[in-house]
Amino acid sequence: MGRYSAFAIAKQAFSHHKGWDRAWPSPEPKPEYDVVIVGAGGHGLATAYYLAKNHGVRKVAVIEKGWLGGGNTGRNTTIIRSNYLQPSSMAIFEKARSLYEDLSQEFNYNIMFSPRGVLMLAQTEHELRAWKRTYHANRIAGIESEMVTPRQIKEIVPIINLSGPRYPVLGGLWQPRGGTARHDAVAWGYARGAAEMGVDIIQQCEVTGVDRDAEGVTGVQTTKGAIRTKKLCIVVAGNSGVMAERAGFRLPVESVALQALVSEPIKPAMDCVVMANTVHGYMSQSDKGEMVIGGGADGFNNYTQRGSFHHIEETLRALVETFPMISRLKMLRQWGGVVDMTGDRSPIIGTTPVPGVFINCGWGTGGFKAIPGSGWATAEMVAKGTPGDLAAPFSLDRFTEGRMIDESVAAAVAH
Amino acid sequence: MTTRLSKGGRLIDRTRPVKFQFNGQYYKGFAGDTLASALLANGHTTVGRSFKYHRPRGIVASGAEEPNALMGLGTGNRFEPNARATVVELQDGTYAESQNHWPSLAFDVGVLNDSLSKFFPAGFYYKTFMYPRAAWKHVFEPVIRAAAGLGKAPTKADPDTYEYYYAYTDVLVIGAGLAGLTAARQAADAGLRVLILEQSPHVGGRLNTEEADVEGAPGADWARAEAAALAAMPNVTLRTRTMGAGVYDHGYILANERLDGPVRERLWRIRAKQVVTATGAIERPLAFAGNDRPGVMLASAVRDYVALYGVSPGDRTVVVTNNDDAYRTAIALKRAGLDVPAILDARPAATGPLPRMARELGIRVELGKGIAKVVGGKTLKSVEICAHAGEGAVLEVIPCECVAMSGGWSPIVHLWSHCGGKLTWDEDLIAFRPDLERAPTGDRGQGFVLPAGAANGYFSATQIVEDAVAMGQRAVREAGGSPASGTAPTVTEDVTEEAPAMPVWMMPERASYKLRSKAFLDFQNDVKVSDVQLAAQEGYESVEHTKRYTTLGMATDQGKLSNINGLAILADSLGAAIPDVGTTTFRPPYTPVTIGTLAGEARGALFKPLRKTAIDGWHEAQGATFEPVADWRRPFAYPKNGESVHAAVNREVLTAREKVSLLDASTLGKILVKGPDAGKFLNLMYTNPMAGLKPGRCRYGLMLNENGFLWDDGVVARLDEDTFLVHTTTGNSDRVHAWFEEWLQTEWWDMQVYTANVTEQYAQVAVVGPKARELLQAMGTDMDLSNDALPFMGWADGTIGGIKARVYRISFSGELSYEVAIPAGQGLAFWEAAMEAGAPMGVAPYGTEALHVLRAEKGFIIVGDESDGTVTPHDLGLSWAVSQKKEDFIGKRALERADLTREGRKQLVGLETVEPSVVLPDGAHAVEHDRMIGHVTSTYFSPTLGRSIAMALIEGGLSRTGDMLEFPISDDKTIRAKIVSPVFYDPEGARQNV
Repeated sequence: MGRYSAFAIAKQAFSHHKGWDRAWPSPEPKPEYDVVIVGAGGHGLATAYYLAKNHGVRKVAVIEKGWLGGGNTGRNTTIIRSNYLQPSSMAIFEKARSLYEDLSQEFNYNIMFSPRGVLMLAQTEHELRAWKRTYHANRIAGIESEMVTPRQIKEIVPIINLSGPRYPVLGGLWQPRGGTARHDAVAWGYARGAAEMGVDIIQQCEVTGVDRDAEGVTGVQTTKGAIRTKKLCIVVAGNSGVMAERAGFRLPVESVALQALVSEPIKPAMDCVVMANTVHGYMSQSDKGEMVIGGGADGFNNYTQRGSFHHIEETLRALVETFPMISRLKMLRQWGGVVDMTGDRSPIIGTTPVPGVFINCGWGTGGFKAIPGSGWATAEMVAKGTPGDLAAPFSLDRFTEGRMIDESVAAAVAH
Repeated sequence: MTTRLSKGGRLIDRTRPVKFQFNGQYYKGFAGDTLASALLANGHTTVGRSFKYHRPRGIVASGAEEPNALMGLGTGNRFEPNARATVVELQDGTYAESQNHWPSLAFDVGVLNDSLSKFFPAGFYYKTFMYPRAAWKHVFEPVIRAAAGLGKAPTKADPDTYEYYYAYTDVLVIGAGLAGLTAARQAADAGLRVLILEQSPHVGGRLNTEEADVEGAPGADWARAEAAALAAMPNVTLRTRTMGAGVYDHGYILANERLDGPVRERLWRIRAKQVVTATGAIERPLAFAGNDRPGVMLASAVRDYVALYGVSPGDRTVVVTNNDDAYRTAIALKRAGLDVPAILDARPAATGPLPRMARELGIRVELGKGIAKVVGGKTLKSVEICAHAGEGAVLEVIPCECVAMSGGWSPIVHLWSHCGGKLTWDEDLIAFRPDLERAPTGDRGQGFVLPAGAANGYFSATQIVEDAVAMGQRAVREAGGSPASGTAPTVTEDVTEEAPAMPVWMMPERASYKLRSKAFLDFQNDVKVSDVQLAAQEGYESVEHTKRYTTLGMATDQGKLSNINGLAILADSLGAAIPDVGTTTFRPPYTPVTIGTLAGEARGALFKPLRKTAIDGWHEAQGATFEPVADWRRPFAYPKNGESVHAAVNREVLTAREKVSLLDASTLGKILVKGPDAGKFLNLMYTNPMAGLKPGRCRYGLMLNENGFLWDDGVVARLDEDTFLVHTTTGNSDRVHAWFEEWLQTEWWDMQVYTANVTEQYAQVAVVGPKARELLQAMGTDMDLSNDALPFMGWADGTIGGIKARVYRISFSGELSYEVAIPAGQGLAFWEAAMEAGAPMGVAPYGTEALHVLRAEKGFIIVGDESDGTVTPHDLGLSWAVSQKKEDFIGKRALERADLTREGRKQLVGLETVEPSVVLPDGAHAVEHDRMIGHVTSTYFSPTLGRSIAMALIEGGLSRTGDMLEFPISDDKTIRAKIVSPVFYDPEGARQNV
C-alpha cells in the first residue's frame, strides 16, 4: 500500500489518480487463524490492529457481515472525551483519547482528530456539584480538566444562551483536549493499519455458528465457509446478545436504538462540543458545517437502525433553548444506531463462559470515544488470555459480584 | 440569457407584480413566481457557488430536488440559510442572497479550488494535512471549516412561532397530482377519513405542465376542480404547502406545513391506517463534462419554467436525452417561439410519436450523439457534440444558452423506504421502484404504505390513473373499508406510446479522464464521475463506503439527483449489476425541516414548563433566590435588605435552631399506595418492614434498585389498614411512581394494589424549630400537638388555623418539627397564617440551602449527594433501616454479593478541617499513597457550630475515625481534615423529640 502525503496526491494528480492502490486488501478467508474477530467496527478493527502491533499476533481475521465501520462506528456523533468519574472509566477513556492524538500519523491516514474541547454544562446546583467532583477526580488522575464559569462559557461558545429561561447555565466542566474525529476515517484508518500488518479483513461474511469442543472454541461457520481458530473475539455492538447466543452464553445487555441527526451545513458557528445533560441534548459542528446533534435512546428494545421521532423532538426543544440561533436551521437527516446497554451503563471486556471466546460489548451510548483504548485493552486480553489492568474492571463477572462501574452520577443522559 | 416571455405561465399572475431583492439589487417578478423563476426571468443564470470547488452554479431543477440554488433568505432575526429558491414562493419584499462565496457571487476567491481540483479528488483530505500534528487543529482544519459550510450561520434567536397538529386518518395520501387525487377519490367515495397532503402550493403536479386531458378538461383544470370537490367532502382534508417528511414505525407520519401568518410552520403528527405515496418521480441529470455549468438544466424543469412561469431558459436550447420524454421540452420551446438547434439523443434510433412531432416542427435530431463538453463559465456559450459511443472527439460545436438534459426518471421512493420498504430494480424503467411484496410493516406485520402512479414506476397518464385506482382501492380495503365503484377518470394524452430509454451513465461512454473529472454527479457536493471511480478503485466498494468517501448524496438535496447515477457508475466500476450494489439508506426527512418546527410550541416558558408550588408567588414576592429542582423551582434562600445569600442562609439556619422557621416542602413526592396487599407490596419496595407499620405512624424508608444501590428515600405514613402515603424525593416522584407501576404490572400483577401520584394535591409546610408547637397552637387548632399525643414519627389529622390539615411529626433538621399537609388550594393561606402567627416568635422562611446545612449538621443524607448509584445503605451507616427479617425486598439478594460485602468499601464519615474556617470544596478527593480513597459528598460552613463541616465517602472510613486525610484541591494546595462522626450536632437526637 502506497504512502499518503500531499506529495503523493500531487504526483497522482498528473496521472489522473490511476496509481492509488486499494486502501486495504479484500482477501478470501484462510482455513485457520490464530484469532478470529467477529465485527469490523472500530472496536474490532482496533483490536486486530493492536494484536498485530503490540503483541505480534498477525494471523488474525476480522469478519464482518456487512461493510466495515457500518454499525455504530459510522453512526455516532463522533465525540471524544475522557472526563469520566470512576477510576476504571477514566483509565480506559483517557488511554483512548491519548491514542487518538497520534492516530493520523500512526496510520498515515487523516482521521481528523480535532481536540477543540468538550464542554459539559451544569444547569442545576446538583449538576454543578457533580461536575466539581468529576473535575477533582480527573485532575488527580492526570486528565486535563477545568471548571469554567458562565462568562468563560460564553467566550468558548458565543451562540449559547446562558440565562435560561428554564435552566440557567451555572458553570461547566471543560476538557480542552476532548473533541471530535471523522468517524468513518477511524474505521478506515484502523482497517488500513491492521491490513498492512497482515490482518485479513473479510467483509460481506456473516458468522452463522460457533464450533466448540470440550475444551472450548474450535472455529466459526461463516457464509464464506468454516474457519478454524482457538481464539474468538466477539465485537458486534448492537448484535452482541445474538452472537453470544450463537457462541453458547448469555449476556446482560439490552439493545436499543440511539437517535441522532444533523442540520444542513452552515459556516462555522461553534468550535467545541457542548453537552447539556439536564435538558438532554448535545451538539457540535462538523468540518462540513453540519450541526451534529445527539438525542436519547428509544424506550424500547429493538434491532432496527431507524430514526424515530420522539427523542428528536425532546432534544431539539432543549437545544433551541440552549442555542436559539439553530431554530431557523433545518434538520437534514436523522438516523438511529443500535447500542448495547448494560446494567451499569459501562462496557464489558472480558473472557466468557466458553474457553477461548472473548467479548467486547456494552459500550452503550459512548463507544466511539473509546475505540483505541478498547482495542488496546481487548488485544492485550486476547493475546495473553487474561485481561490486563485496563480491561480487568470491565469483566463480565462484575455483574454477579455487584462490582458496578456506574457513571450515572456524572452523566444523566449519555456517556 | 434567461428572460420572461411575453405570454404564458400558468401559475403567475401578470397583473400582480412583486418587488424583491437579490444580492442587494431590486427586481420585479409576479405573484405566483418562485424565487427561482423570478431570478431566471431577470436573467440570473448563476445563483450560487458549489461546496468544494466554488464553481458557479445555476438553477437545475424546478422543485424540491434542486441542489444548487440555495439562498440566504430574509434579514436580521428572520434570516434563514440554505433556502431552495425553486420552492420559495416569491412575495413582495423577498430578500435573498446567494451563498458560499467571497467577496461576491461573480468573483469568488474560492474558485481557486476549482483550478486546483485535480489535487482535490475524492477523499484527498484523508491522505494529507497530517504533519505537523498540531497543524490540523490550528491551520488546516480552520481553513477547511471556513471554506466548507454553505449558508451563513444565523446569529439571533428566532422570533417566529411554530406549532404541532395531531391528525388521525384512515388513508393518508401524499401528493396531490394525478395519482394522488385519483387514489384519494377512491378512499373518499368509500367514506373513509382521508387526508391529502401536497408539498407545493398547487395541486395537479405535472398535469400543470404536461399536455394531458382528464375527464375532457385540461389536466390542470381537472386537478383544481377535483381537489376542490374532494376538499368539500366532510371526510376529506386537503392541505397544500405541506410536505410529507417522514414515515415511521406503525403508521406514524410527520408532515411539514408552511404557513404565512403568526405561526411560521406547522408540524403534522399523523397516525394513518394506510399511507398512499403518490409522490411522483424525479428526472435524472446526465453525466457529461460541464453538466454543472449554469444554463444546464433538467429538461422537465426547462418546460416547467416555460409553461408555469412564462420564463425562457435562453433563446437557444440544446436538448440532450436518452429517452422520448425530453422531446416534449424541445416541442414546448419551439411552440413558445424559442430555438432548439438540436436534440442530441444517445439512442441509435428514435421513431416514436414524440420524436416524429419534434422533427415535424423542424427540429434537428441527432441520434447516437451526446455532449462531449459544455463550454461556458457563468453563462453558457456552446456545447461540443460527439458520438455517444466514443471517447468524446468533438464533431461539432453548437452555440446555445441552455442545455436541457434528461437521463430518464426515477420514482420518488423516499417515504416508501423510510420505514423499511424495499426496492426492486426495474430494467425497463432503468430505475428502482417499490417492491410491493416487501412493504414497510405495521404493528401486526401488515404493510401500511402503498405507492401509486409515478412513485410506483408508472409514467404515462393512462397507467397512472389505473394504478392509482387500484392502490386507492387497496388502501380502502387495508384500512377496513369497502371500495366504491372505482371508475378511473378518462385521460387523453399527447401521445400514447414512448420508446424505452437507454441506460446512459457517462456521456460519452468511453469518456477520457479529463471529461470524467468534469462530469458531475452530485452538484452541491462537487462529486464527479471520476471520484466515484476512484472510490471503487481504492476499495470503498460498498455503496455506503463510496457515499461516505466521496460525500455523494450527502448534500442538502440528499442525493435526489445524484444517487442513481452515482450508483450506476459505481456498479460499472465494480463490474457489478446495479441492484447488487444496492442503494444507500433513505433517511427522513424527505426535504429538510426547520428545527424550530420540530421543537414546536415548547420554547421559552413552555419549554419544560416550570412546576410551582401553591406558595411560589409568596416566595417570589419576598425576593427569594430560586434553584431548579427537577421540574420545580424551590427557594434557595430569602436574602433580606441587601444581605448576601450566604448571610441569609446562616440566618435561616440559626432561626430554625433557635426560634421557628418555615419550609415549603410541597415539592416532595406523595404517592398513595392502596389495597389489601399494599403493605406486602411496600415491604418489597423498601428495605424497611412497612407491612408492620401501625396506622397513625410514619417510617423513614430506603428504596434500592435491583443492584442493591440506594436510589430514593422518604417517609412512609400508614393512613389506614389498606392505605399508605409514600413520600419521595422531589426529583424522583415520577420515577418512583413509574417504578411501582412497573413492578405491579410486570412482576407482581397478582397483588391487589393501586397507586396514585398525589404530589400536587397537597401543599406541605415544614414548621421547624423549638417554637414549632407554639406556632401551630397560636394558629388555632383542635389538635393535641403534645409529645404524648403526637410523638415523633406519628401523624394525625385535624384543623389548624381553620384549614383541614394532616400533621406529620417528622424532622429533617433535627429540631422539633411538624410537616403539615394541607389541600394545595389552601397552601398559601396556611403559609401566610403561619407567618402571621409566628411573627411574635421571630418566624422566618428558609430555603433549600439552609435545609441542606441543617440536615448536614445532623448527618442526614441526601440521595444524589451522599449516594450516586454505587452506594448501599450499609455504606451510609443506614444498616438499621435494612430489614434482616424480611424474606425479600428489591436489592436484598444484590446486597449479599461479593463486592457489596467486601472490606474496604467507601463508607460515610464526617470531616472536620484542621482550620475550622476552611470549607472543603465540593467533590474534593482524598488521596493516600497516590490513590484516590474517597471524596467529599457534602460540605458547608455550619453557623450552628461556627465551623466547617463535611461528609465524605472514604474507603474503610468507619474504622478510621480520628485519622487525618489529605485533600489536594489544586496542584499546590492541600486541605487536611480529620475523620469524625457524620452527626455533628445533637448526636442523641434530643432536640427533635421534645
